[in-house]
Amino acid sequence: MSSETNVQHQPDYDADAAHGDDEHAHGSFRDYMIGFLLSVVLTAIPFWLVMSGALGSNQLTAFAIMGFAVVQIVVHMVFFLHMNGKSEGGWTMLALVFTLIIVVIVLAGSLWVMYHLNTNMMPPHDMRQVP
Amino acid sequence: MASSITAPQNGEAPVFYLRDEHPHPEGHSTPLGFWIYLMSDCLIFAILFAIYGVVGANYAAGPAPKDLFDLPLVALNTAMLLLSSITFGFAMLMMVQKRVAATQIWLAVTALFGLAFLGIELYEFHHLIHMGATPQRSAFLSAFFTLVGTHGLHVTFGLIWLFTLMAQVGKHGLIAANRRRLMCLSMFWHFLDVIWIGVFTFVYLMGMLR
Repeated sequence: MSSETNVQHQPDYDADAAHGDDEHAHGSFRDYMIGFLLSVVLTAIPFWLVMSGALGSNQLTAFAIMGFAVVQIVVHMVFFLHMNGKSEGGWTMLALVFTLIIVVIVLAGSLWVMYHLNTNMMPPHDMRQVP
Repeated sequence: MASSITAPQNGEAPVFYLRDEHPHPEGHSTPLGFWIYLMSDCLIFAILFAIYGVVGANYAAGPAPKDLFDLPLVALNTAMLLLSSITFGFAMLMMVQKRVAATQIWLAVTALFGLAFLGIELYEFHHLIHMGATPQRSAFLSAFFTLVGTHGLHVTFGLIWLFTLMAQVGKHGLIAANRRRLMCLSMFWHFLDVIWIGVFTFVYLMGMLR
C-alpha cells in the first residue's frame, strides 16, 4: 500500500476500498447482536406458528413461514455476511443478484414444469385387492 | 481517460494517473473469489431444493413428514447452528483485535455448537433409518436425505476446516494469511446457516403442514 501512496489511482479504482488484508467489512458487536436477536425471533415465530397452528389454515401458515424465511435470509446476509452494494466494488452484490436470478429460475421453473408430474400416471395399485 | 492527458488548468500541479494494472497484495481477490464459490455452492443447494420440491410429496405409500419429523428436535438443531453463527461472529471480532486466545476460545465454542448440530442430525438420521425410513424407501426420503445430508456434509467439512485453522492459528498466530482464511471460513459458516433457514422452512416446517 505504501508504494502506491504517491501516485493517484484512476478515479474509478478508488471506489473499491483500500487494499491490504483487512479491508473486508467485519461488522461490529452491535451488528452481530442485532442480527442474532432478529434471527432468534424470526426462527421462533415460524416454529411456533407450525407447532401451535395459530393461523388455522395450512396455506396461510405456509405463506407466513416463507415470508419469515426470506426476511431471515436477508437479515443473515446483512448482519452476518456483511453484504452491501459497496464491498469489493459491488462485485459481490452482482454475483449474488446473478445467483438469485438463477436460483429463482431453477426453483420456479422446476416446480412449474413438473407440477403435473403425477397427472398422467397409472392409478396406484391397491395391494389389498391382490389375492 | 481524457482527463488524464488534459493540461492542468489555472496553474494547478499536473496529476498523473496510473494506467497500468498496479500490483495487488497477496490474497487481495480472495474474498471475492470465495464469495463466487459460495454462490456456486448455492446453486447446488438450489437444485437439491428443486428436486425436493418436485418429488417431496411422493411417499410411495411410505411414511410422510408428519410421521417422521420431530419439530422440537429440529428447533434445537436450528438453535445450535444459530448459536454457532453468533459465536463465530465473536471470534471474528476478537480476530480483528488480534486477540489470539480469545479468538481460539470462540472458535472452540463454535466447533462445539457445530458438533452438537451434527450429533443431533446424525441421531435424527439414525432414528429415521431405524424406523425403516431409509433413502431407498421413497422419492421423498431420497430427496430429503440428499438435501439435508449435503448440508450436513458441508457442516462436517466446515468443522474439519475450523479445526485446521485453530491449529494454524495456534502455530503461527493471527498472521495475515490466517486472518484471510478465518474470514473465508466465517463466510462459509454463515452461508451454511442461510441454507439451513431454507431447510428448516421448506423441508421440516412445510413438511409438517402437508
